Amino acid sequence: MTVLLEMNELLDTLEGGLRGVLEARGIDNPVLIGIRTGGVWVAEALGKRLGLSEPYGALDISFYRDDFSRIGLNPTVTPSSLPFDTEGRDIILVDDVIMSGRTIRAAMNELFDYGRPASIILATLIDLGARELPIQPDAAGQTLALAPRQRVKLRGPEPLTIELQESGQ
Amino acid sequence: MTANDPSPTHLQLTRDGQLRHFLTLDGLERPLLTDILDTADSFIEVGERSIKKVPLLRGRTVVNLFFESSTRTRSTFELAAKRLSADVLNLDISTSATSKGETLSDTLLNLEAMASDMFVVRHSQSGAPHFIAESVTPGVAIINAGDGRHAHPTQAMLDMLTIRQRKGRFEGLKVAIVGDVLHSRVARSQIRALNELGAEEVRVIAPGTLLPLDVEDLGCTVEYDMARGMKDLDVVIMLRLQKERMEGALLPSEREFYRLYGLSQEKLSLARPDCIVMHPGPINRGVEIESAVADGPQSVILNQVTNGIAIRMAVMSMAMGGQMAERQQKLAGQQEGRA
Repeated sequence: MTVLLEMNELLDTLEGGLRGVLEARGIDNPVLIGIRTGGVWVAEALGKRLGLSEPYGALDISFYRDDFSRIGLNPTVTPSSLPFDTEGRDIILVDDVIMSGRTIRAAMNELFDYGRPASIILATLIDLGARELPIQPDAAGQTLALAPRQRVKLRGPEPLTIELQESGQ
Repeated sequence: MTANDPSPTHLQLTRDGQLRHFLTLDGLERPLLTDILDTADSFIEVGERSIKKVPLLRGRTVVNLFFESSTRTRSTFELAAKRLSADVLNLDISTSATSKGETLSDTLLNLEAMASDMFVVRHSQSGAPHFIAESVTPGVAIINAGDGRHAHPTQAMLDMLTIRQRKGRFEGLKVAIVGDVLHSRVARSQIRALNELGAEEVRVIAPGTLLPLDVEDLGCTVEYDMARGMKDLDVVIMLRLQKERMEGALLPSEREFYRLYGLSQEKLSLARPDCIVMHPGPINRGVEIESAVADGPQSVILNQVTNGIAIRMAVMSMAMGGQMAERQQKLAGQQEGRA
């Protein structure tokens, strides 16, 4: 069984949350960085909504994953691309889904190898809970608690859709 | 492929097809070679960052085991390992234990006792890295940094990366390898890689005395006349004249060789106008190649060196990853057996 989630509503909520955080912290010139692959699609959508003229960055965290010693290197690694200097910038780090928090830890480790940002705000479309590290999003489109056989699947970039899938039994 | 398959393919790959040693390009197929090139592309981007290091091999020990001297290859392997955050030990064996009478096996046992995770091996005997890979403790990865006249797979792959950067593809390319093919481990690996990746034609251009017997069986055409051989070329790869390996009179003189097979501006003008010029180094100016060509706009010789670091980072991290994944699977299997 598959349920299509309402992408526009998710993005509305995420955008609203983000605007609130930016305003509260007095940040007027942030830069977006998406985590490949889904996070990049969400970053692109957010860039349009927030009216940011600067291009967004794309981060591939394969070289920073903490499961390299268990499963080896991800065979489909692509180069990270940050078309701006991150030194001293306010960064909005974007991913499609947050769960354990390990991806975000790896992404922050990678980000610091490019320079020292002024701040990092974390934005995720879906928060699935089940955290294994003390990392929380500053803004999320929706919080979902999945049943054991449920999973979410993001497709994109055009159109960007998200489904709640349930493997039948 | 069975568990007892003695082929290099079985030795180099885990059961699910991940790299675990890198000894030769023989038996490695296009998807894996493409994975290596793609991974290297990502490491090129790492080399452009403010901090040029990734944590993949943090806490691992890489031993550069060079039984034959080398500057470029050893230093790019060292830099590659350091950028992967590994600890690196450089051993110049020709001036060390073996000269005190220790056997290769004993040297290796001692190094393994220091908890090494990877050996990068260069040896004058063809097959030495293969021998080491067969006898080494499971979990330790072996990378061939050049063995005898047999293979130099990381050099061939950095050449492929350079070609793909400049040409964007392999299909339809005409590539010539010029000079001392007989003594060249690089040429063998290059011919294999170019054929597997789909180059249209691989041509060797050399005097008969500097070609191995049945060279066509490697998958190339042969041309003895350089002017004819340069026609329609997209890529020309010059080889170093390996004077130190030559026994007997294979050449009349260096000047004669340069006149016939050296790459001058004039000969280069016979190739396609966008033909790139490559050389594995070290170059002998005025012997294989004219200075103006080596330093000219069509030369990508220094790009090859930069790409060498990225390719070696790719191969080292993939082989180490394969070894670690295999170890995890074995552990899981043992736990299941106990349960």
